[in-house]
Amino acid sequence: MDKRIIKVNDLSLWYGKTQALQNISLDIEENEITAIIGPSGCGKSTFLKTINRMVEIIPSVKIEGSIRLFDENIYDDSINLVNLRSIVGMVFQKPNPFPKSIYENVAYASKRHGIRDKAKLNEIVEKSLKQAALWDEVKGRLNESGFSLSGGQQQRLCVARALANEPQVILMDEPTSALDPIATGRLEELIQNLKNKYTVVIVTHNMQQAARLSDKTAFFLSGKMVEMDITNKIFTNPKNKKTEDYITGRFG
Amino acid sequence: MVNLKEKSKKRKSIVWIVLSTFFMIATLSVLVYFLIFLIRNGINAISWDFITDIPRKNMTEGGIFPAIVGTFYVASLTVLISVPLGISAAIYLNEYASQSLIVRLIRLSIRNLSGVPSIVYGLFGLGIFAATLGLGTSLLSSALTLAIMSLPWVITASEEALKAVPNSFREAGLALGTTKWQTIRFLVLPYALPGMATGSVLALARAAGETAPIILTGAAFFLPHLPRSVNDRFMALPYHLYILATQHNRLDLVRPLAYGTALVLIAMVLLLNMIAIVLRYRARKKQEW
Amino acid sequence: MNESNREELKSRIKQDSHKQNLSNFFIEKIFLICGVLTIVFLGLIVWFLISKSWPAISEIGLREFLTKTRWMPSSPIQAGYGALSFIVSSILVTVGALIIGVPWGIFTAIFIAEVAPTRIKEVLKPVVEILGIIPSVVYGFIALLIIAPKVAQLFGLSNGLTALTGSVILAVMTLPTIVSITEDAIKSVPKDYREASYALGVGKWDTIIHVVLPAASSGILAAVMLGFGRAVGETMAVLMAAGNALNMPIKEIFNIPLPTLLQSVRTLTANIAIEGSDVPWGSLHYHSLFVVGLILFVITFIVNIIADLMLTKFQKVNKNG
Repeated sequence: MDKRIIKVNDLSLWYGKTQALQNISLDIEENEITAIIGPSGCGKSTFLKTINRMVEIIPSVKIEGSIRLFDENIYDDSINLVNLRSIVGMVFQKPNPFPKSIYENVAYASKRHGIRDKAKLNEIVEKSLKQAALWDEVKGRLNESGFSLSGGQQQRLCVARALANEPQVILMDEPTSALDPIATGRLEELIQNLKNKYTVVIVTHNMQQAARLSDKTAFFLSGKMVEMDITNKIFTNPKNKKTEDYITGRFG
Repeated sequence: MVNLKEKSKKRKSIVWIVLSTFFMIATLSVLVYFLIFLIRNGINAISWDFITDIPRKNMTEGGIFPAIVGTFYVASLTVLISVPLGISAAIYLNEYASQSLIVRLIRLSIRNLSGVPSIVYGLFGLGIFAATLGLGTSLLSSALTLAIMSLPWVITASEEALKAVPNSFREAGLALGTTKWQTIRFLVLPYALPGMATGSVLALARAAGETAPIILTGAAFFLPHLPRSVNDRFMALPYHLYILATQHNRLDLVRPLAYGTALVLIAMVLLLNMIAIVLRYRARKKQEW
Repeated sequence: MNESNREELKSRIKQDSHKQNLSNFFIEKIFLICGVLTIVFLGLIVWFLISKSWPAISEIGLREFLTKTRWMPSSPIQAGYGALSFIVSSILVTVGALIIGVPWGIFTAIFIAEVAPTRIKEVLKPVVEILGIIPSVVYGFIALLIIAPKVAQLFGLSNGLTALTGSVILAVMTLPTIVSITEDAIKSVPKDYREASYALGVGKWDTIIHVVLPAASSGILAAVMLGFGRAVGETMAVLMAAGNALNMPIKEIFNIPLPTLLQSVRTLTANIAIEGSDVPWGSLHYHSLFVVGLILFVITFIVNIIADLMLTKFQKVNKNG
């Protein structure tokens, strides 16, 4: 059976007249962690946001090429954008819980999707928080504000919030860049566990993180994908000179 | 030589500091003087009867109850019309609009509407609501006129409240697979609501103090009863003050009542503004994290 | 992931979203309509002013309104529709207000922006704003009782209801506008300008006078124009303070006609307020009041456009700087 859950084919993207992505083609496999690395401005975050079409909230964006999720082109007119974004969840750079209670943060999307049954909601909240390794820390204070949590806990709350949708793919845009080392360690542990059930695509500028976490790594430079391979290979024996320069710290 | 230059320089800066301090003090003095003048002269007229009684003996005795109620009615009705419209327009401008011709036109119109003199609104209200649409000079005509007049204030305040909502809420909402409207309804609006409430209360305060538009569209010189429907004319505090101050045939007799009316009016407006400030303060405190 | 699961997800991605999109489309359009209403209202105001003026303009001619001074629209024998004295009076009272209010406001703004320590500044700004929330009818009342007697006493007049009284109260009323916009303009002059000037050894006040204020000048000019717009459109205060006599505020000194602030005057706004509440609807008098309103609208419209251009220019200059 085809393990490739996402197939990106010849994807180009423009912000107005500036091209941000050029002819990207790559595949992402199920239950793997795929890391995308590259210097700032290389288009890695932009690329990540093309996978759930969040990139389109900027009005001047133009996109060519295709991204297939389960062999459906997500840029087809017939795509249900709301369902797509439930299936492809996202965690942002800075923890961004809603100004609501911990419970309401996790239950938010389910409520919007029409789940009214209190018992069902409780179950979703508990399950999601457990999966996000936050349950034990917050189970006694679900009605407190999401902002009462520490930065690392907030980010795990954001993971739980996305998990409540039962997604297949989780996109993470430099999820630890605003966290201290201990919180970073805990989130990395969580991400490792997530791959048993989910497919994770993570953008990071921290190469050690990519090396520690990911199964595959793609290196982006100036809007192009330079190379993509098994993480081990990228970091020990890259094919491209530019990749080598980057991972050995000669630029970026 | 250098010393002389330094000295003249210093003298010049002292002149500027003294001048600006003088004018600042002048501004504050005028404000304080006006307020003290109104309070000192008005306080004696204020009594329970003055607030709750109707005007008696050709307005030379009695109270201003119908004017207070009339002002409350017309300002409330105004806000009831302009706030939903204004908030909706602000939502369009801040949440949906992109840089298009229609948006530029809307913004241009808002700026121009806020510069139209209040008496022109009155004339317009008289022409369209009272005469053409047949609403007559009435509470409704006045409220509709004031509503259009206050629309720019409500829109501007609401847009500011919406701008203060962090974009990350909108992004997170959309990324969770909820619709744009759900994101606005459940994430953006609750957060912007206190700011919008502040703007609405300020609009209420300004509408309550307006005189020129209601003179032409529905305010009555004297009515022995409260307005029974929106089609009735009404008494209003600002218009009542105008009449007691300049239009009455026994100005000397009604002077104390005029002072009292002025004090009640300004107290009401200041109180509403204070409520708005408290609302804003509490909203800000809640939003800190 | 098994095959059936996969199919289910596929169908979810492709689930018909027509209904959802349609409802979101309509919601957006409802908000758009509310936005467009502002255009409609402005358009209606212009349309009503013009169409309701038209009967008077076509019958009497715009020329009489703009050049004659005899205003007797309800006279059964010989009606007169000259609105020139209203125009002159409005402009006179407003210019008088600005002569007092502009230096006052600018220096007050300079105090807030440059002299006051930060903590006092935070108190002063809302205090000045209080001047802006006092209803204009209360200002009129104050003018009537405080300023008019002073003017009468000072100039030996029998009563103090003059253009000058109106100007003084309007000056106070325009203060909040002038102060807040001027203060904004001073504050938004880029820091680099100041720092470059300090680096050249220029003192703080020389820098303010020769660098900051010139850089803020178009913003300050916008403040003045907005003050003009506010003052010329103000009704209640001038109605109660300026006496409302129907005459040209002109006094001949050595046979030279000069404008004078020491006469009772009736402004455009005051005339509409006085006659508008009991004019018979549809009469020529009624339509001629719309002509007066139209003249007022055109004046404020032009002034506000200029203020707008000034502000845009100011913002542009400071963005580049």
